Amino acid sequence: MIDWTNANFLPWLIPVPPLIASALIFLLFNRSWFLTTLTALAATILSWGMSLAVLLRALGLAFGDPLGGSAFSSQIAWMDTGTTQFNIGVLVDPLTAVMLFMVPLAISMIMIYSVGYMANDPRRERFFGYMALFAGAMLTLVVADNLLLLFIGWEVMGFCSYSLIGFWFEKESAHKAGVKAFMTTRVADVIMLIGIVYLFAQAGTLNFRDIFFNHEFLAELASTPALIFGGAISAAGLIGVFLVIGTVGKSAQFPLHVWLPDAMEGPTPVSAMIHAAAMVSAGIYMIIRMYPLLAAGADPHHGIYNAPLMLMAYVGAFTALFAAIIAVAQNDIKRILAYSTISQLGFMMAALGIGAYVAAAFHLITHGIFKALLFMSSGAVIHAMEHGEHHAHAEHHGEHAAPIDVQDIRSMGGLRQRIPVTWWAFLAGGMALAGFPLITAGFWSKDEILAEAWHLGVGGEWFGPAVFVFILLAVAAFLTAFYTTRQLAMVFGGQPRTAAAEHAGFVDPEHPTPAAQAISGFMQGPLLVLAVFAVIAGFVGVHPDFPLLGAIFSPYGNPFHNFVTGTLAEEMPKVAFNWLPVLISFLVALGGIWAGWMVYWRRPLAAGQEDPTKVALDRVSPALYTAMQRKFYLDELYNAAFVRPAQWISDVLVAQIVDRGIIDGVLHFIARAATVIGETFKRFNRVVIDGVGDGIPSGIARFGGWFRQLQSGQVQQYLLMALLSALVIGMVVFVRLIGRG
Amino acid sequence: MTLPFNLDTSLLTLIIFLPAAGSVLLLLMMTLPMSAEGHKVAARWAALGVSLLELLLAVYLFANYDQAAGGFQFEESAPWFALLGSSWHLGVDGLSVMLILLTGILAPLAILISFEIEDRVNLYMALFLFLETGLMGVFASLDLLIFFVFWEIGLVPMYFLINIWGSQNRVYASVKFFLYTMAGSLGLLLSIQLIGLTAGTMDITQLMTFWPAFQGDGGTFLGIGVETVKNLAFLAFFLAFAIKVPIWPFHTWLPDAHTEAPTAGSMILAGVLLKLGAYGFLRLVIPLFPVQAATFSGVIAFLGMAGIILGALAAYGQNDFKRLVAYSSVNHMGFVVLGVAAAAYVYGAAYTGGGGMSPEELESARQSAVLAMNGAAMQMFAHGLSSAGMFLLVGALYHKIHTRDLRQMGGFWVLAPVYGGILIFTSMGSLGLPGLAGFVSEFLVVRGAFAVPAFSLMTLLSMIGLLFTGAYILKAIQKVLHGKPSQEWVDYNRQHHRLEITWREGIAIAPLLALMLLTGLLPNWILPMINTTVTRLFGG
Amino acid sequence: MNSPFPVLSVITLAPIAGAILILLLPKTAKQEARIIAAAATGFSLLLGLFVYFNYDVAAANAATTPEQMFQFQESIPWVEALGINYHLGVDGISAPMVLLTGLASFAGVLISWGIEERTREFMAFFLLLVTGVYGVFVAMDLFVLFFFYELAIFPMYLLIVTWGWKDLREYASMKLTLYILVGSVIALVGVLAMYFVAGDATGTYSFDITHLMNVAAMPDSPFNANVFGIDGLTFARAWFPFIFLGFGVLAGVFPFHNWSPDGHVAAPTAVSMIHAGVLMKLGAYSALRVAVQLLPQGAQTHLPWIVFLTLINVVYGAFIAMRQRDFKYVIGFSSVSHMGLVSMGWATMNVYGMTGAGLQMFSHGVMTALFFSCVGMVYDRAHTRDIPSLGGFRQVMPWVAFAFIVGGLVSMGMPGLSGFVAEFPIFTGLWDAGPNITLQIGSWTLANYYGVIAVVAVLGIIVTAAYVLRVVQQVFFGEFNRERFAGVGDVTVLDKAALVMLLAAMIILGVWPSIMAPMVESGVAPIIRLFGGGA
Repeated sequence: MIDWTNANFLPWLIPVPPLIASALIFLLFNRSWFLTTLTALAATILSWGMSLAVLLRALGLAFGDPLGGSAFSSQIAWMDTGTTQFNIGVLVDPLTAVMLFMVPLAISMIMIYSVGYMANDPRRERFFGYMALFAGAMLTLVVADNLLLLFIGWEVMGFCSYSLIGFWFEKESAHKAGVKAFMTTRVADVIMLIGIVYLFAQAGTLNFRDIFFNHEFLAELASTPALIFGGAISAAGLIGVFLVIGTVGKSAQFPLHVWLPDAMEGPTPVSAMIHAAAMVSAGIYMIIRMYPLLAAGADPHHGIYNAPLMLMAYVGAFTALFAAIIAVAQNDIKRILAYSTISQLGFMMAALGIGAYVAAAFHLITHGIFKALLFMSSGAVIHAMEHGEHHAHAEHHGEHAAPIDVQDIRSMGGLRQRIPVTWWAFLAGGMALAGFPLITAGFWSKDEILAEAWHLGVGGEWFGPAVFVFILLAVAAFLTAFYTTRQLAMVFGGQPRTAAAEHAGFVDPEHPTPAAQAISGFMQGPLLVLAVFAVIAGFVGVHPDFPLLGAIFSPYGNPFHNFVTGTLAEEMPKVAFNWLPVLISFLVALGGIWAGWMVYWRRPLAAGQEDPTKVALDRVSPALYTAMQRKFYLDELYNAAFVRPAQWISDVLVAQIVDRGIIDGVLHFIARAATVIGETFKRFNRVVIDGVGDGIPSGIARFGGWFRQLQSGQVQQYLLMALLSALVIGMVVFVRLIGRG
Repeated sequence: MTLPFNLDTSLLTLIIFLPAAGSVLLLLMMTLPMSAEGHKVAARWAALGVSLLELLLAVYLFANYDQAAGGFQFEESAPWFALLGSSWHLGVDGLSVMLILLTGILAPLAILISFEIEDRVNLYMALFLFLETGLMGVFASLDLLIFFVFWEIGLVPMYFLINIWGSQNRVYASVKFFLYTMAGSLGLLLSIQLIGLTAGTMDITQLMTFWPAFQGDGGTFLGIGVETVKNLAFLAFFLAFAIKVPIWPFHTWLPDAHTEAPTAGSMILAGVLLKLGAYGFLRLVIPLFPVQAATFSGVIAFLGMAGIILGALAAYGQNDFKRLVAYSSVNHMGFVVLGVAAAAYVYGAAYTGGGGMSPEELESARQSAVLAMNGAAMQMFAHGLSSAGMFLLVGALYHKIHTRDLRQMGGFWVLAPVYGGILIFTSMGSLGLPGLAGFVSEFLVVRGAFAVPAFSLMTLLSMIGLLFTGAYILKAIQKVLHGKPSQEWVDYNRQHHRLEITWREGIAIAPLLALMLLTGLLPNWILPMINTTVTRLFGG
Repeated sequence: MNSPFPVLSVITLAPIAGAILILLLPKTAKQEARIIAAAATGFSLLLGLFVYFNYDVAAANAATTPEQMFQFQESIPWVEALGINYHLGVDGISAPMVLLTGLASFAGVLISWGIEERTREFMAFFLLLVTGVYGVFVAMDLFVLFFFYELAIFPMYLLIVTWGWKDLREYASMKLTLYILVGSVIALVGVLAMYFVAGDATGTYSFDITHLMNVAAMPDSPFNANVFGIDGLTFARAWFPFIFLGFGVLAGVFPFHNWSPDGHVAAPTAVSMIHAGVLMKLGAYSALRVAVQLLPQGAQTHLPWIVFLTLINVVYGAFIAMRQRDFKYVIGFSSVSHMGLVSMGWATMNVYGMTGAGLQMFSHGVMTALFFSCVGMVYDRAHTRDIPSLGGFRQVMPWVAFAFIVGGLVSMGMPGLSGFVAEFPIFTGLWDAGPNITLQIGSWTLANYYGVIAVVAVLGIIVTAAYVLRVVQQVFFGEFNRERFAGVGDVTVLDKAALVMLLAAMIILGVWPSIMAPMVESGVAPIIRLFGGGA
């Protein structure tokens, strides 16, 4: 049971407040906006506070002995399994600790932001209920000490995202997107479940440390052939692949990424929650968490890969580039960010695939922060645009003012002067995403990934997946910088391209209302906080040998690396500093930014003007840009290949043909057969049996009938009696003879 | 206080006959001089009272069953039919206690939801309570003949509940249900006679040791090889229980019966009646036919998998809300079957001393089998909760809008927010969302079955079914709640009935929701009850 | 052991006394006639209960000689010259039959309360019939048995032909009488043969069952001596089929069953009740008493093939019942099906099957009496028995609906009711007989087929379920035709009383089989011993 005497119980409490808050909101406060916001904020802030306390204690422990030795952990018995017990509990090791830095921070900011963003929504209370549950689930997942509890949080989040993406369920596109998200991730989840089950069966436990710190077991697992697929793959490999597939779904990697862009149907805070703080990060967090198992039997640092690592490396790298390419051609402010998310997650996955454990974790943290920032900023932009849209309508008294898509960056422009706070926040986030050298968090994390890829692949004495990863990621990084700059330019640069953009803003300059000001405050406050972190967060992971900065930030070696590596049983090898990858990341980042700046900032788009990139690409092939815009037709493909066939099989084949037709057909046939038999017997009985038996009686009946008219009715009796006695006498005589004989 | 009887020596008899007594009472109440309305009210509350009393007894049983000791407890025995070696032998182990508790919980809720019945309330309630007697009897009996008696008796009230209070197609559905199930149990009848005759007793506890070891006179019996006889008997048992569960492809009576039955009928049908079949497998088939069950376990598992997948697909293919939920039962009971199959395989292997497995392998397989069987039992409980809840909600809606056609619904979440929330919660329970009851059981089943080498692939394939579980659940939610409500519905909601869930319905479903959550978060409130029994069965 | 008080005689003769009393009444005294009839049958019923509950099972089990098997014996010399004694007594098989007769006859009188046409005669003949039935069950002297047997057939004919259903009564009554008469005559001849053979062998000519049983049990029993000088064709083997089937006709054994559905349909309700409820049992009972009990060797030779006839009864009858349009014909054929089970029980020649058959006689008697009373109640009010044109009758006569449903459940062998208690042992008996019985016809032998028979016979149950559901559905549920059945009202209190009485019997036996099973078992045991098998 929980030991309340030591600090280990603290992690238990971290997820509790939001969960309670959610219950309270759903059951009691769902009519009171004030109580709702109060509960939600209080709960998240409380969890944040506890998380920080835990984090600090963890850091404190980290000095002296690495936390790996003395992590917080506490367990309770949860489920009887035969003669054994299945325990669940909490564990705070360095990885959890850093997550406890990023997640509650982002969540709290999102919550505060939501107070402003959702202020005018008719179902705002319900929204906070879901958000609180979402937060609780994510925190549960982070502090979980075993895969099952993690999976519970994982799935509950899936449910929350489904509900929140489809939050405006009156819109068909919204609830369709919700279903799509749920189903796509579920494809992965059921496979992941099998992985969990398999691991449980093999290890007899799902506790992280029990498994990862048990080298014999991992080695044995890596050498035993898998239960299925004829031992073509090791048990560890199969489990790993199953788990990675889970992440492919949850973290929207190719080919299961299709749900994520549609998830933009949800309110923007949800997008921030899903794409930054919680859901997709959870996917990456899980594989980072499971790395020792995934890497069982492999050693990427010496070129030995296994199935899960390969899968991660290739899928991740491909996704990173693939999504970046699509992002270039998107015009919806949020969709661009969505694809950037997919792409960045690809970075992390690829990094883990080549064994860049710490780099992946590092990028997970920084990305979580600056992506949350970006989404919330885009939400602010959209809000401002809507405001402008109304205002514009008010001016034109609604006549001949065709409503515009307030999320389309082509209808924006020149917002820099109108919403300056948002502009700065967006700029910070965007630059971090683009990996603007030295002064943004994104640069350091991304640089570390590239550096490791270089070191393991090109730099090393051999070639392997790392090379592939390095090249693709480098290109992806360039594109990222490019489309981010494009987005910044088209949203904030140049002149307004529509009336809405013209009047965009939070507060009406003529007659400002306190409500509007409050909203502006709630929405823009968190942006600033996150903007700061988006800049400085990177400095915890500077390479010690990095000229100048290394000496400043990492006198005792890369602090992030030293801390996080304590998660593992043995220290992750540090890569030596190398100029080339650093230069390359400088080049791709600055190159991308420069290109974007040249194309979109120096000559801002005029209203209705074709996108220059499109013009350029159309010279190559007109189909290309359209394909990019249509996300390479994957949705259409899936529809044709899976969705419609599945529906046909269900509606027609199974429900109609098999059940109604064949199975019931047989039953009805048996019933009919029985009736026919009955009818036959009935005929037989009437014709044959009666036919024989009736001759005499009917005769006599007729005779008697006639006779009775002659005399009294009783005559038949005499007749019968006569018959009878005659028979008897005759028989008696006959019997006497036998008796003698 | 002093009771007129000793609870510990006659508790089970009391549990069995209390509802029957209640139904007699209700029939007698018909003769009371009261207004028609008065009759209805009296009948409803009387029935509720009886069922609550019954629940009290069930809880008492649950609380006083000694888990540490395990095994059969609260045993009673009295002569009944000496000629056939049958006696009134009752007793419960963890499994039956769990199911008795489930029945005890569902009955009052179902009766509460039946308050909406206006036509011949006394008769309805009487039949319903009588049905409860039948169910309790099956779970409590330790005598093969008594088991069969209650097994069959349950059909009658259910037949009339469907036939009299059902909807349009009720005659077809009720007759199909009755004849199909009865035909299924004919073989069971014959086998019971055969076994009872050869063993000279109908006592299940004795048969468990006698029948599996029975070798006839020199390997032959009735002039045929004793193995053949056993195989045939096994098939008869299998068929009877398979139809009841129902195992694919014997399931087609279920959608009809569920769809036509009144709400409470569907609740009990899905909540408890289906469990009878699975209970039969666990209580009788595996212990009595270890070898045969092991031999056929592959087939059983395959059918279970088919049920999981095809049930889910079929559910996804429905446009009738109630049919959809009905098919979900086929899908969910598939997991029970899968778990049973895995357990049967290992139990048989252990019985025959390894069955080609090394001691270590056997040990780990046994561990898995225990989990699988725990899962199957838990799934019975979880599905009992969720399916009853789903049917309750379907009924609550149907009662108000008089259609079950999903294509005519939509946007009800706007009109009935609370109902929407409850529906989503319950659906998630049925979908097996972690944190709710369904997940624990499905996890255990999958864990157990997957680790038994023979069943790994089939378990993996069953995941397709799990995927489509999501599909049909979401389809239902989407069709009912999402979208904009049509103007007709808005007017209907304003003028005729409010679509919002009523207080009575809310109270009726609240316990189910609570239990789903409780079982999902702390399975150990009930799991040890099952676990000790199962572990003991596997000689742990 | 003789009882001080001649209770059996009183039971038997009370009805006939009532009949005489009624005939002394003036023509107009209908009500009095009814009351007397009710009193007489009721009195017999009470005494029947007395006998039933004072029957000493333990003593019966302890009995070693035939004389001890029977209780409440009374014996008066009758025709000394021919060794005919008025000898009565009951054993474990006949005691329940006496009770059954009481139930059916009393219920019958209650049901017939509404008969206005020549009430006196009806009641008188009815009572006469009842006496005959009682007599057969208590007779321990074959001559007396036959006496009552024919005595029963007589009024039956008159009742049907006079008060029966116009369209059919001539034909049905004649058909019925002839079938039964011819059958009984053949049986009688066999009995006479036994009488003489036994007499010639032992020197004492007697119709007394105990005497004949002793003869049968003799080491070199004359019944087992060859006749016609053919080796192996013993007296028993030669005569068994005639005697068994001769009585079997009345038990409706295939292919001699066809008189019964017509008879049931034609007869007035009360008569159908007695007829199907009790009279058919006379056949089964006598077949056991005379053929099986006295000629065990013959039984062992012939029952193995006769069982096929009974199997046909069970399945064939059920299937035909399923296809009837006439409500009453459904019940008629159901009787054919169920009586098949009785003979089938005899044919197992073991304690399970024969006990089951004994129970089935009682169960089916009560059940079918209930059925016919229900049919009668519906018919008397609706004036049609055409199933499709009926419907919704539970609305006007719920008691009848309830009773019929319970009866239906009994007939489909629903556990917890008497039908199950009876059928289950019969099937068990078939399994048990499986390895022991082989059919031998010349050089051709068939072994272990009783199990197969059980499997086939069980089909009868599901078919029964099918037709019962069909009737319940179409007659009592569904739409009630208000225009056509405008005048139809609920049944009278007496009717309800009768129904309740019969229902109670079925439910009590079903819930508590031990109330009757051991008694029947005690009656069956000695017969099993004749087969050389222990009970």
